[in-house]
Amino acid sequence: MYRYDATDQRLVDERAAQFGDQMARHLAGELSADDLRPLRLQNGLYIQRHGPMLRIAIPYGALSATQLRKLADLTRRYDRGYGHFTTRQNLQLNWPKFEETPAIIGELASVQMHAIQTSGNCVRNVTTDQFAGVAPDEVADPRPYCELIRQWSTFHPEFAFLPRKFKIAVNAAQEDRALVLAHDVGLELVRDDAGEFGFRVFVGGGLGRTPILGKELCAFLPRRHLLSYLDAVLRVYNGHGRRDNAYKARIKILVQALGVEEFRRQVEEEWAIYRDGPLTVPDEEFDRLAAHFAPPAYQQVADAAGERGELDRLAAEDREFGRWLARCVHGHKVPGYAAVTLSLKKTGVAPGDINAEQMDVAAGLAERFSFGELRVSHEQNLVLADVRLPELPELWRSAREAELATANTGLLTDMICCPGGDLCSLANARSVPIAEAVQRRFTAEREHKLGDLSVNVSGCMNSCGHHHVASIGILGVDKRGEEWYQITLGGLPGREAKLGDVIGPSFRAEEVADVVEQLVAVHEENAQPGERFADTLARLGSTPFRERAYAGRGRHLAQERKPADAANNP
Amino acid sequence: MPQIIRKDRIEEDGWTLLRPAADVEIATVELPATPILVPLALWQARREELLARATPVSVWLAANENPSAIADDLARLPLIAVDFPKFTDGRGYSIARSLRDRHGYRGEIRAIGDVQRDQLHYMRRCGFDAFAVRADHDIERALAGLKSFSDSYQAAVDEPLPLFRRRAQASGAAA
Repeated sequence: MYRYDATDQRLVDERAAQFGDQMARHLAGELSADDLRPLRLQNGLYIQRHGPMLRIAIPYGALSATQLRKLADLTRRYDRGYGHFTTRQNLQLNWPKFEETPAIIGELASVQMHAIQTSGNCVRNVTTDQFAGVAPDEVADPRPYCELIRQWSTFHPEFAFLPRKFKIAVNAAQEDRALVLAHDVGLELVRDDAGEFGFRVFVGGGLGRTPILGKELCAFLPRRHLLSYLDAVLRVYNGHGRRDNAYKARIKILVQALGVEEFRRQVEEEWAIYRDGPLTVPDEEFDRLAAHFAPPAYQQVADAAGERGELDRLAAEDREFGRWLARCVHGHKVPGYAAVTLSLKKTGVAPGDINAEQMDVAAGLAERFSFGELRVSHEQNLVLADVRLPELPELWRSAREAELATANTGLLTDMICCPGGDLCSLANARSVPIAEAVQRRFTAEREHKLGDLSVNVSGCMNSCGHHHVASIGILGVDKRGEEWYQITLGGLPGREAKLGDVIGPSFRAEEVADVVEQLVAVHEENAQPGERFADTLARLGSTPFRERAYAGRGRHLAQERKPADAANNP
Repeated sequence: MPQIIRKDRIEEDGWTLLRPAADVEIATVELPATPILVPLALWQARREELLARATPVSVWLAANENPSAIADDLARLPLIAVDFPKFTDGRGYSIARSLRDRHGYRGEIRAIGDVQRDQLHYMRRCGFDAFAVRADHDIERALAGLKSFSDSYQAAVDEPLPLFRRRAQASGAAA
């Protein structure tokens, strides 16, 4: 992974000192709460429902064992011994003390970490594929490009006070695991006919209140132009994005208002000033960055096929191991190796939550089995990217002891879920108890039979729980002070991204798990061999699902069918 | 006389900022005898009159105004001020970059409005070289805001080479 040089470290140290000074000035009465607000947000410090929340940056989800141990240590000493991984691959501490946050930031700097730009109206943490660098289906490792973007976006002097937040994701694989179409800017690494690397650039995607999929801005941007082009995109947005209404301030609204052709024209006009100038990234810089992500010292696995056979034999003997092997062990570029998901989706634990003991265990597992490194996935799980096949059984036993081996990756109970109304001050409704109620309806037996099926929960229309791109999406809405839940059906992440449709009037909290079960039952009763939920839904259409969801509920499904916004307009 | 940060030092400032209320008729705005900074609309409406004065005159741009509007006059304007209606409105940063990079303006670019210590580093990087710090803030202490960071990743007005180019030069020189 990327290791700081002296300059990187100095900048992070200077940032920690700057934040400490800002907080001290605030506590001394020299900086008002209003004036501190944008400054603390750009250091990840929110004031939430019960107090402060600190969002720690994990650039493109890459974490060393040393860093994870430090995070465990920080949660013990400054928080309540656990943290929460987010869909932006970051880690949130829910119970830090306001006055202690500078000390936390200072300690993070000692392990090359920080909370820079994890909130605020600026360029946020760049995200990517959790299997970057090891995925068999990628054209090249996206992480060097992510690091280039991290450096370019860190303290960018012109774009620290944008109309609204700005999220960038990079995908380099056949399957898009980074959701590039749901980002302000999505970058897909591609090669042209001459073999040159470049990016297909998408703009104006995003979930949230007004979900829109990104539109193609540039079919092939040679990689050397990446930074000058991003500067141009941001400059047009900074100048012309709406600032009169926070709900209409994202770049997607600007792109929609101008049309992508006019937006592109303006970007190219700005780009002309800087194109081919000093921002042009030479091949040597790409090589320098790539060297930070050089493959680790893989050991030859003498008989990879034989090892695979042995694992299958063990799987046949032990059904639990077999399920884990089927769901949590993923393909790898290098024969004899696999990537492994450590699930943070055990029923009864808030999705994405991890306690300090588990962090220490995961760090130890990374050191024993995966060259001391981990990744955070946008689905809120941890990944060990480089595990030798013969070591999988031992890894499984150790992970299982720490409750990190729930065999549910990609299954129904692997729900993406925001912190919701229990913690977040934006939420209209709780999300964690809803997720748990749904999880409790499905046995391991049943969900393994179902196979791939995404059920995501967001506690408000900001959509941190990615409900729009789930097969079954659950959105908390506030109706006259009560928590209600709207269900969407048919969303898809990835390359074929699709936004789910609202099925009808919303449901009471106690109805949601039952409705999900009914929707799943329609699939179970009608599925053809090998069909997943999404396939059955595509084949049958939504009508039988919708009818079943409302059957016997004393409401007609056409009643008060509204877009998500209507139920929740401020 | 009010104070201003100019070229990293605190100086007395002789310019008078004219900020007529929105409902005031531009034609009726009284012009004091001192050097004046006038809003774009006033400049455009009374340009000849302003240029005929013996005292210096310059223009300030609101956050939603485009420097192209004064492109032809830049050579005769000793300074351009850019207004920050609030701390979190970042349009002024792009205005300054446009003045420097697109229009090649070399006079003073002054930040006015909600200007506080913690913006000064970014402002200077974007081409500002004078800062009218908000009146309720201590200008002496605000000077420290120019020293928050000792280096930067990006190319900008103060440092035309991004860090990756300077790193490459350093390692080339060392080799």
